[in-house]
Amino acid sequence: MVEWSDFERATIQDIFSKMEYEVVGPAALSRCLVVYPWTQRYFGNFGNLYNAAAIIANPMVAKHGTTILHGLDRAVKNMDDIKATYAELSVLHSEKLHVDPDNFKLLSDCLTIVVAAKLGKAFTGDVQAAFQKFLAVVVSSLGMQYH
Amino acid sequence: MTSLTAKDKDAVRTFWAKVSGKAEDIGAEALARMLAVYPQTKTYFSHWKDQSPTSPSARKHGITVMTGVADAVSKIDDLKGGLLSLSELHAFTLRVDPANFKILSHNILVVMAIMFPTDFTPEVHVAMDKFLAALALALAEKYR
Repeated sequence: MVEWSDFERATIQDIFSKMEYEVVGPAALSRCLVVYPWTQRYFGNFGNLYNAAAIIANPMVAKHGTTILHGLDRAVKNMDDIKATYAELSVLHSEKLHVDPDNFKLLSDCLTIVVAAKLGKAFTGDVQAAFQKFLAVVVSSLGMQYH
Repeated sequence: MTSLTAKDKDAVRTFWAKVSGKAEDIGAEALARMLAVYPQTKTYFSHWKDQSPTSPSARKHGITVMTGVADAVSKIDDLKGGLLSLSELHAFTLRVDPANFKILSHNILVVMAIMFPTDFTPEVHVAMDKFLAALALALAEKYR
């Protein structure tokens, strides 16, 4: 089980309680599709992903980005057992979606950068450490059911 | 990894022109974050009396590193040739595991996002990410 300090718990709850999921989700996913274009392989039916402008304006990308963030919410609300919380989602990503788990890290790096840009100076080194630790646990849990 | 296109180089040079005035702050912040978020990187600085992210040694070193990055921007058309002596330094003297270049690059990008949220668009992000990766590759050139 992952140990969370009081600071880490408070930081994660604080960041997500103030987050606009419909802004941050789309920003993170579209950034991921632009910065790591090979991730587009999973979105063949999303229409126009031809260039950065198209990706950022794509409504399916926006909707899916929001979906992903709401999925993260589950971990925020169950920090003491993220592994169990994501067991089903892990199976889904492995068996049905066939997503290479390395992609989870790519998206999580983009999410970190989007949140950093939003929070500015408030995203201190300690806050970054807590946020990245949280995302690392999420990423690991999502990869857990792959075999 | 892919090489830098003309578009990438333009994006890097344009963005760098905007941010170079803050290069010292960027370097110091990025190094501080690296030490805070990835504590294993402190192992390279056991010779510092104070290894905390905000120590004078950390700030000074962040500036040193960022000066190297600035130099690399000016040598963007031939990173391997331009960074030859720095590569030899890292290979034979410092022997920093190249995995750490990725870690520091990530933190440089985070600091750029914090300090220049509107300018650090996804397109600038991908160009800078590619540039830092190419820089890291050039630095690792002489390792083996």
